[in-house]
Amino acid sequence: MHEMGIANSVLEAVRTEMGLHPGTYPCKVGVRIGELAAIDQDALRFCFEAIIRETDLESLELGIEVCPRRHRCQVCAYDFVVRDYDSRCPRCSGLESTCLGGDELELAYLEVEEYGASTAGTKSTQ
Amino acid sequence: MERVPLERKVLNENDRIAAELRNRFQEHGILCLNLISSPGSGKTSLLERTLEALPRQDRVAVLTGDIQTENDANRLKRFHFPVKQITTGGTCHLDARMIERHLADWRLEDLDLLLIENVGNLVCPSSYDLGEAAKVVVLSVTEGEDKPLKYPSIFFKSDLLVLNKIDLLPYVPFDVNAAADNARRVHPGMEIVKVSCMTRDGLCEWMQWLDRRRGTHKPLLQETAS
Repeated sequence: MHEMGIANSVLEAVRTEMGLHPGTYPCKVGVRIGELAAIDQDALRFCFEAIIRETDLESLELGIEVCPRRHRCQVCAYDFVVRDYDSRCPRCSGLESTCLGGDELELAYLEVEEYGASTAGTKSTQ
Repeated sequence: MERVPLERKVLNENDRIAAELRNRFQEHGILCLNLISSPGSGKTSLLERTLEALPRQDRVAVLTGDIQTENDANRLKRFHFPVKQITTGGTCHLDARMIERHLADWRLEDLDLLLIENVGNLVCPSSYDLGEAAKVVVLSVTEGEDKPLKYPSIFFKSDLLVLNKIDLLPYVPFDVNAAADNARRVHPGMEIVKVSCMTRDGLCEWMQWLDRRRGTHKPLLQETAS
C-alpha cells in the first residue's frame, strides 16, 4: 500500500509545475500507469482524493491512463501486447522478446485554466 | 484551458537519488543487490548463510529494512561485517533516500558488495529503485506456486529467483516446476536457484551466482580469486 506516497509525489509535482504558470490554477493531472507498475488504480484515486480534500487543490481531477505490457519479438521485430503473461510472439511464435513498456509510473500532463475563465467548479481565489 | 505536457516519472526524486547512488556504486566497483520477498520467506536466513560463507576479509556490508525492531541487524551482526538496520516506522518499502542516509557514515571505498534486505512485501518495493545492480526475489515453498502470477511486477523486475525452504518440499503441496514455469511466464529466461537455508542445500549455486555477478562487476576480483 504505497499509493499514498505515489499520490503525494503527484501532488508535489503539480505544485512545482504550477510555479511556472502564474495566473492559472490546475484542473486535471494525467498519469500513466503500466500494468507491471504494481499500483492499484482505485487505491491511488482514494489516496489522491483524501489528500486534496479541504485544500486549495480540492477540485483537481486525476486522469489515469493504464498502459499494457508491450513486447517486441527479437526474431521478427513484431510489436505486440502481452496478455495473460504469454510473451510468445503471436506472429512467428518466437520465444525471445524484449519489453517495450508496461511498467510506466509517469506524469503525462497537467491541464491549467486561467483565473476568471468561465468554467463550472472553478475557484476565484487561491 | 491549456494542457501542459509533464513527461516525467512520478517518482522522479527517488529515481534521481537512485541514479546518484548507482553512479557512486559503479565508481567504487560495488555490486549492490536488493533482496525482496514477502515476510517470512527467508531473506534474513539467506543473508545469514551468505555472510557465514564469505571470507572474513571480504568487503561486504548489509542494510536491512523493517518497519520496527533491530532484530534482523542483531542476527546479522554476528558475522562481523558492517550491518545497519533501517527501521521505516510504518513505511512498507525502502526508498533511495533511506539508503543514501544510512550509507552516509560508511566509506564506499572500503566496500565491494552491498546487500540490501528490503521490507517484507512483494508489492511496493518493486516501484522504488534503490540504485541496485539487480533485484533478487526470494520465494519459499510454503507460499503458493502461483505467486509470480499474482505479483508479476517484482518477478518481472528481478534478475534472480531464489526458491527457499526446499527442505520442506516433502511436507507441502508445492510444485517446483509449476512455480518455475510461472516465474518464466512473467519473466522469460529468469534465472532460478533452489536452496534451503536450514540444510544448506543449493546454497553453493546461490554463492556461484553471487560470485559471477561480482566478477562481471569487478573483473579484477574474478581474476585474483581464480
